[in-house]
Amino acid sequence: MMELLLFVAAALRISVPYTLAAVGASFSERSGVINIGLEGTMLNGALAYTLGAWFTGDPWMGVASAVAAGLATAALHALVTIGFRADQITAGLGINLLSAGLTKFVLTEVFHSSSNSPRVEGLPEWPAFGAAGIPALGPVLGTPLVLMTAGVVVAGGWLAFRSTFGLRLTAIGERPEAAAALGLSVARHRTLGVLISGALAGLAGAWLASEQHSFTDSMTGGRGYIALAAMIVGRWSPAGAAAACLLFGAAEALQISLQGSGFPGELLQMLPYLVTMLALVGLIGRATPPRAVGVPYDPERLG
Amino acid sequence: MKRRLLLGSAPFIAVALALGAGAVFILAIGESPLELYGIMARECFGRGYGIGQTLFKATPLILTGLAVAIGFRTGVFNIGAEGQMVLGGFAAAMAGLLPLPGPLRLAAALLAAALAGGAWGALPGLLKARFGAHEVINTMMLNFVAYALVAWMGHSVFEHATVRTATLPESAWLPRLGAFFPALHGSPANLSLLLALLAALGLHLLLFRTRLGYELRVVGSNPAAGEYGGIAPGRAQALALAISGAAAGLAGIAFVLGYKHYFELGFSAGAGFLGIAVALVGRNHPFGVVVAALFFGALSYGGLVVNQRVPKELVDALQGLVILFAIATQQVMERLARRLA
Repeated sequence: MMELLLFVAAALRISVPYTLAAVGASFSERSGVINIGLEGTMLNGALAYTLGAWFTGDPWMGVASAVAAGLATAALHALVTIGFRADQITAGLGINLLSAGLTKFVLTEVFHSSSNSPRVEGLPEWPAFGAAGIPALGPVLGTPLVLMTAGVVVAGGWLAFRSTFGLRLTAIGERPEAAAALGLSVARHRTLGVLISGALAGLAGAWLASEQHSFTDSMTGGRGYIALAAMIVGRWSPAGAAAACLLFGAAEALQISLQGSGFPGELLQMLPYLVTMLALVGLIGRATPPRAVGVPYDPERLG
Repeated sequence: MKRRLLLGSAPFIAVALALGAGAVFILAIGESPLELYGIMARECFGRGYGIGQTLFKATPLILTGLAVAIGFRTGVFNIGAEGQMVLGGFAAAMAGLLPLPGPLRLAAALLAAALAGGAWGALPGLLKARFGAHEVINTMMLNFVAYALVAWMGHSVFEHATVRTATLPESAWLPRLGAFFPALHGSPANLSLLLALLAALGLHLLLFRTRLGYELRVVGSNPAAGEYGGIAPGRAQALALAISGAAAGLAGIAFVLGYKHYFELGFSAGAGFLGIAVALVGRNHPFGVVVAALFFGALSYGGLVVNQRVPKELVDALQGLVILFAIATQQVMERLARRLA
């Protein structure tokens, strides 16, 4: 029983960054913009957390810096894909490569190492919740970002399906020309969608750096891509994305608990990536993306 | 004509803008961009050894650039060139260590590189054709799987306490270019460059002179028209990804067969990802890819030269900036061309 609870606790912890990034991505995609730059956005968020926590000694300043870095990265993505109407997938990859290089550059300049930062403060636990006395799960449920993630999922579901903004976003992702004819600004809504995605991906990066108490180069390890896949598996809805992320978190927790069981470590490392591929393959004919996703909106070229 | 001129100038503007942005970073850490760019240009093109280094760095980039370009031409995005290159390099080393007679060893190593990379590229192609699974995520996932796979297989073949294989017998080596051009003496440039150039020529002929190439391009520019004309887009894209993977697989031989003569974990150093920037700057044209690869090869080597004063990671960041600037300027030029038309 205890083992099961520990497993659930590990799965919850691991799924936090996936969930934050995937819920964010659902807003970007619902508005019609693919954000494959999640990976780089998370990486920037993780470095910003580390810098913020290092220079102020306050992990919450780290979180604020991470969100700011996520917003800045998203603004760049929005500028290139919405402002210049360039290809969204290519832009996202450009952002990922830029972030991979830039974070190492800053790391070298600030900490004189291209591979890792010194130890920084992690986020504190909230004892009021942790003291609930639940074995194994207590510490997880008392972790502020876990609670915030749960809040983000609930609020995300409401924002996407119940709010005027969310419904407009959906309309723009499906038929931007019709939404524009009703007087909605496609560019403004898409930019907001991308910015929500960036802020949450930055927060996801903060979680990674806080858990590890440091920044290491390429520490996101493909999580941005996996989060995007989870969002697709969750069919572009915040709650669906969160459920898929829990599944991926469980797969990774299983991988960790199998370590030391004699099974080759390298083969276990493949597990999250293989699960992602299998999940995408298993979606035959069931995944329908927003109709206009990936297509830059150009009012000069209709039809 | 005006349209071609405008679109053709886009990559140059993008590169200039990226170098300008790089200058801002260099200024920010208190160095002189003009001086550093000057040193880089002199070292990369001013003397034989540097030219050799540039050519060596450019060789895998030509092949990964071609790999990405043929994907783009067919409407699929191969961001798995990195993993395909790693597996190709590993397979080349394994085949090169087989007890085969003289020249067969080299042939087997080349074939193994192309087959391993090709299979790794074909897999996401088939998944897309059969299940509609998006190739961008799958090729990326396969990069991570390839890293882990090679690390695992390496346990039984790597030299004790290292992450490299045994050195291949000399019959599997590709000769250094210094043996033919004394000016390049001492540099790692090797005959794999010729192979990369032949691959560019081959891809050019395939794309623009054969029926298959025409079909691939139709699927890339207008899949519905292609399907109406009897071309199965899924099959064409899977085939393109297989060819793409084979090219990326061969990218590993510059290091494995031509330079160190063994496989080592981490040897690819991101050349697979850089192929995306190379393809974009080369405007997905095989010959454009060659020119772009020379530029990025020089940038890579130049970054090493000035590493004492500017972290070489700046060059990695510039790759990303080149991509962003390239796609943005292309859009601006497209619009300008339309307005002038």
